[in-house]
Amino acid sequence: MVIKTIRDILEEHPAFKSFDDDALDLISGCGTNEHFAAGSMILREGDDASKVHILRKGDAAIEIAAPGTGPLIVETLHAGDVVDWSWLVPPRRAMSDARAVTEVSAISLDANCVLGKCDEHPNLGYQMFKLWLPHLAERVRNGRMQLLDLYGANAG
Amino acid sequence: MRDSAEPHTAIADPMLPIAMRVSEAWRELDDVVSLRLVTKDGAPFAFAPGQFNMLYAFGVGEAAISISGDPARTGELLHTIRDVGAVSGALTRLKAGDEVGVRGPFGSSWPVDSEHDRHLLFVAGGLGLAPLRPAIYRALATRHRFASITLIMGARSPRDLLYPYQLAGWTASHALRLNITVDHAGPEWTGSVGVVTTEFARALAGIDPAKVSAYLCGPEIMMRFGAMGLADMGVSTERMWLSMERSMKCAIGLCGHCQFGPDFVCKDGPVFRHDEIARRLTLKEI
Ligand SMILES: Cc1cc2nc3c(=O)[nH]c(=O)nc-3n(C[C@H](O)[C@H](O)[C@H](O)COP(=O)(O)OP(=O)(O)OC[C@H]3O[C@@H](n4cnc5c(N)ncnc54)[C@H](O)[C@@H]3O)c2cc1C
Ligand code: FES
Repeated sequence: MVIKTIRDILEEHPAFKSFDDDALDLISGCGTNEHFAAGSMILREGDDASKVHILRKGDAAIEIAAPGTGPLIVETLHAGDVVDWSWLVPPRRAMSDARAVTEVSAISLDANCVLGKCDEHPNLGYQMFKLWLPHLAERVRNGRMQLLDLYGANAG
Repeated sequence: MRDSAEPHTAIADPMLPIAMRVSEAWRELDDVVSLRLVTKDGAPFAFAPGQFNMLYAFGVGEAAISISGDPARTGELLHTIRDVGAVSGALTRLKAGDEVGVRGPFGSSWPVDSEHDRHLLFVAGGLGLAPLRPAIYRALATRHRFASITLIMGARSPRDLLYPYQLAGWTASHALRLNITVDHAGPEWTGSVGVVTTEFARALAGIDPAKVSAYLCGPEIMMRFGAMGLADMGVSTERMWLSMERSMKCAIGLCGHCQFGPDFVCKDGPVFRHDEIARRLTLKEI
């Protein structure tokens, strides 16, 4: 059996597919493999956003606790998705819970390591920006659609 | 059913409702009811998938309501109605044995009969599964003609999913591939949460987008962004159809109530090919 390195995994992953070799070498040094059992928490609201989780297998739910009704799932994520963006934005604190819905395999990148390497190698930061911004923009757009309550009784 | 009865397909006077009997009425969701209607003389009522009837709640008024049953079952009409106002409210309060006036069937249909070897993709949002269901029945009845059949279903929450018993049946029998996504859910929900477009990549994984025919029905914004998302993935805009809604009165292209640019939704629609209306979908004043 061939054991894949973090670099091999990243190279095959859609979130890193257009990274050049130098960028892949740099970012691989920040990554580890993580597994989460179905039902376990990947991230808790209020936690330091010290890791970037990128899903390889399985589904995760983004949940927000609502008083009186228990947690509400507002988004589900699948293989290829980046779990949370709080690690990029000061004060770098998780803004929601993320729970493994099924068994989940993820690559987790140490956020300080990634940001440090981006400071040293602005080209890495630019590649991340180009590849991940569309993903982020799509998530914002989808969130707006959900806000419209399209299927509500008063929707046309 | 009487063999001699004339089928109610081309109604002599399209402005004159025929009285039909509610043989069954049941609640689908808190504000949504389905009616099973039968003609009083037992004559069949043929329709094409995607067409609608004008249902007349006696003494209250008329509303355009899509036919949501199986086109092969011409002995009955199924309609699914959401209570949003006076007419729809009166229709949802009908009981077995009551009468309702019916004009129709009107309008264009999903072109499912002219599709061959295609991957059929149905995208339904909310109540949009009702007008699509006849096309799904027809596709399933002629399953061998299609490369695959997929339904992506979007709803507000799991408890707002229309026809859950039917979705469960289709899944259990592997009749079609089903992707359900909701806008929000409680922690017990193990399905997807997100807008319908987020399901496209997984629903079409391994499928050549050039071989996809997509039928979309639901809120107009969902159809607009849905069609855009499919086009971005390579599905031809000439292979996508949408069912439009506009307020209606005559339903036969005379009064102009349902005008949609140069078309009347009642006569030229409700099912339109996407490339023919794409520009109009983004115009605010239409
Ligand atoms: C081709 C076609 C097919 C249709 N098929 C169905 C169907 O299968 N089932 C069904 O329930 N309805 C369907 N409709 C919509 C239905 O015709 C209207 O909901 C109905 O006419 C409303 O009449 P009303 O007198 O009850 O409400 P109105 O008094 O006319 O309206 C009451 C309130 O509801 C809002 N409203 C009107 N229409 C809708 C709507 N479609 N959705 C949400 N809010 C609305 C109005 O803006 C108003 O605020 C269809 C419409 C068309 C054009
Ligand atoms: S409803 Fe009268 S023209 Fe369409």
